[in-house]
Amino acid sequence: MSTQPVTLPKDEAAAEGKVNVQINGKWYRFPKGTRIADACNSVGAHVPCFCYHPKLSVAGSCRMCLVEQGMPPRLAPGATPTYGADGYQPIQWMPRAVIACANTVAENMGIRTTSKLTSEARRGVLEFLLTNHPLDCPICDQAGECKLQEYTTDYGSGTHRFTEAKIKKGKNIPIGPRVNLDQERCVLCRRCVRFMKEIVGEEVLGVVGRGAHNAISCYPGKELDSNYSMNVVDICPVGAMTSKDFRFQMRVWFLKSTPTIDVNCGTGTNINIWTREQKVYRITPRQNDEVNSCWMPDSHRLNYKYINAPERLTTPMIKTDAGAPLRPSTWDATLNLVVEQLHKCAPAEVAIIVSARLTNEELYMARALARQLGVTKFDIVPRTGESDNMLISADRNPNTTGAKLILGKTGTGLNTIRRGVKNGSIRSLIVLGEDVTAEAGIPEQDLAELDYLLVMDHSETPTTKAADVVLPGVTFAEKYGTMVNVAGRIQRLNKAIEPVGDSRPDWDILRDITQRLGCDCPRVIACPSPMIILEEIAAEFAPFEGINWGNIGNEGKVITDTGVTIPLIEREKAKK
Amino acid sequence: MSYIPIKRPKFTLLDKIYVVELVKGLWITLKHLALSVAGKSRNKKAFNGKGVGVCMPFPEQRWDAHLPEYYRGAPTLVRGEDGRERCVSCQLCEFICPARAIRITPGAVAADASCQKQEKAPAEFEIDMLRCIYCGMCQEVCPEQAIFLSKEYLITLTDRKDAIRNKETLYRLGGTRKGLVNKWNQYK
Repeated sequence: MSTQPVTLPKDEAAAEGKVNVQINGKWYRFPKGTRIADACNSVGAHVPCFCYHPKLSVAGSCRMCLVEQGMPPRLAPGATPTYGADGYQPIQWMPRAVIACANTVAENMGIRTTSKLTSEARRGVLEFLLTNHPLDCPICDQAGECKLQEYTTDYGSGTHRFTEAKIKKGKNIPIGPRVNLDQERCVLCRRCVRFMKEIVGEEVLGVVGRGAHNAISCYPGKELDSNYSMNVVDICPVGAMTSKDFRFQMRVWFLKSTPTIDVNCGTGTNINIWTREQKVYRITPRQNDEVNSCWMPDSHRLNYKYINAPERLTTPMIKTDAGAPLRPSTWDATLNLVVEQLHKCAPAEVAIIVSARLTNEELYMARALARQLGVTKFDIVPRTGESDNMLISADRNPNTTGAKLILGKTGTGLNTIRRGVKNGSIRSLIVLGEDVTAEAGIPEQDLAELDYLLVMDHSETPTTKAADVVLPGVTFAEKYGTMVNVAGRIQRLNKAIEPVGDSRPDWDILRDITQRLGCDCPRVIACPSPMIILEEIAAEFAPFEGINWGNIGNEGKVITDTGVTIPLIEREKAKK
Repeated sequence: MSYIPIKRPKFTLLDKIYVVELVKGLWITLKHLALSVAGKSRNKKAFNGKGVGVCMPFPEQRWDAHLPEYYRGAPTLVRGEDGRERCVSCQLCEFICPARAIRITPGAVAADASCQKQEKAPAEFEIDMLRCIYCGMCQEVCPEQAIFLSKEYLITLTDRKDAIRNKETLYRLGGTRKGLVNKWNQYK
C-alpha cells in the first residue's frame, strides 16, 4: 500500500460533490446525479436517444441509448478495495448493456459508447424498430432531420432480415387542427404523451393496443387542439407527428435556419426561421432555458404568412393630389418630398406614433427624428391581451421594455394625440410601424381630416391607404436589431431574408429622413448598421451599458429588472 | 505515395526521325481517300450513305437506331403501368442535380387519384433544358424509378422560355414504364 497516493481521486471528487467516471477509457468528473446520457454527450461521446428529452420525465422505453457499463468489483467480507497506480479501482464490465438515460453516474463507473457490445445493442434495437416501419422516407416530412434515419445510417445494419408482412396501422390521421399522426412511422418513444401531460397539463394523447399493435392515439372524445400542440411535431424524433402547415411544403435540407426571436408578444420566444430563396417556410422554437425552454405557442409559430404575402408594400408611394390614389415612386424622390413636406409642418401640430414592435435601434432613430423636428407629442401604442400562464405574455408588444428605456415614460401621450387628431389641434401625423385604426383607436374618418399623414409600415393597412406618403419598411425576418423582452432581457433579431422588393429596414429610412432634415449629429447620421446604433445606445443609456452586438449572444442578456417572470420557466425551475 | 510516376517509352532512332510514322499515317489517309473516291467508304451501310466520305449527312440521316441502350438524352418523368404518377416529389433529384436544372413544387396527390397511400406528388415539376447537362444523376438518385433519361438529344429552341419543360410535357415525353413498383400498393 505504499504506492497509494495521499489523496485518492474519489476523495478529491467527493469534496467537489462530484464523481469520477471513465468514458471510453478517459476519466472525467461529473456532478452526482448526472444522467449517463448527459455525461457522455457533454464530453463528445455521442449517445443516441429517441425517448429521452431533457425537459421531460425519463421513460426509458426506446432502448436506443444502451451503453456498456462497469463498476468496481464488489468486495468480499473483510476485504479492502485495491487501487491502481492512477488511484482508481479496477472496473468490472457488466455482460449486459444498460440504458444511459435512466441511470446516473457513480464513483469509479466505467462507460463504453463505442464498444462491440454497445454497437451490437444499437444495431439490434434499430432492427426491431424498423421491422414495422413503412420506409416511406420519400414522402415523409421528417426526412432529413429524422433521428431514425440518422441512427440507421450511423449504427444500423443496412439490411433487413424481417420477411414477414408488416403490421398495418393508421396513416395520415388528423389528430388535431394543426397536427397529423402517422402511427406506422412511430417508434413509441411517448415524448408527445409526456409533453402533453407534463408541460401542457392536458391528458390528450395516450398509447392504445397491445404488443406490436401499440399505437399513439387521442383519448376518446378529445383532440390535440392545445395552443402548444405543434411542439409535439418538434420533439417527435421520427415523422409520426407532422405539421399540417408545413406538410409537403419543402424538404428540410433545402432550408436555411436563422436564429432570431419571435415578435408576437413580450416574451420574445427564441426561434429559428427556416427559409429558402427569400421565402419563409416555417418557424421552430430554439432552446433558451431562460426564455422559452424548448417550446413555443402555435399561434406565434404560424404567424409568419404576412412576410411573403401580396399585401406587402414593395415601393414607396405618394399621393400627389388630395383624393388621388397612391402611386409608386422612387426612394430619392419620396424622401425629398417627405423632407419638403415636414419642413412646412409646425412642430406643435405634429405628432409621432411609434410602434413598440420596432427594435431598439429603430426607436433610437425615431427619437432622433422627433428631436430634429422638435416634436413633443410622441408615444407608443400599448397592446395588451391576457397571459396564457405559459409563454404568451400579457404584453403583446415585443419591445415595450426597450421603448420605455429609450423613449422614457410612455403610454400617456397616446390619449393626447388621439384627442388632438379628433379636435384638429394636430394637423400632421407620422406613424411608424402601426395601424392606428386598430389598437391606437384613431378612426379612418379622423385620419382623412389630417393635413398630412406619413406612414411607414411593411404591409398594406387602412392607415397606409389613408396616407399621403407610404414608406415600405420590413418585417422582423428582414432586419437586424435588438429587443428587450418583458423580463428585461435584450435579445437579437437576425436577418433571415432580404427585404422584399424595394423596401428598406426601418432604421435606415428613419436615419435618411433625419439626415435630410438637416441633422448633423454624428451619433445619428454616422450609423451604417444596427450594430453601430446599438453602440450609440450603449453609450447613452445606462441599462445598455457594456452591451454590444457580439456579447448579447444567441441567448440574450438581462439588462434591467422588470419584476415580470415567464410562468412556464418559473414552473420548470421549481421542478428542478 | 500520392502519385504514380509514368514510364516514358524509349524511342529508337527510327522512331525519332519520325518519317516512318508520317508515312504510316498518310497511308491510312490515302486508303480512305481511295475508298471514298470509289464510293466504297467505311460504314456506308450503317450510315445509309452513298459511300462518298465517312461523315454522316446529318440531319437528313440519323444515327438514332444505333444509339446504345445506356444513351443519356433528355430526362423525362414516367408513369407506372397502372397509370400512377411515379414521382412522389421527394426532391432528391432537385438536390443532386449539379446544374440545378430541376425545380419541383411539392404537393399532395389529387383527391381522386387511385393511390391515396402515396400521399405526395409534384404540383409542378420543371426541368430547364438549357441547364441540364445530361449527367443522369437524377435517374440514379430517384428512389421511386420515376425519372429516366430518354434518347432524345436534338433539343433546339428559339426562345429561352421554351427550354423549361413542365410536368405535363415531361410525363408526355416519358410515357409509361413497364414493371410495377408495388411500394405504394394500399394492401402492402
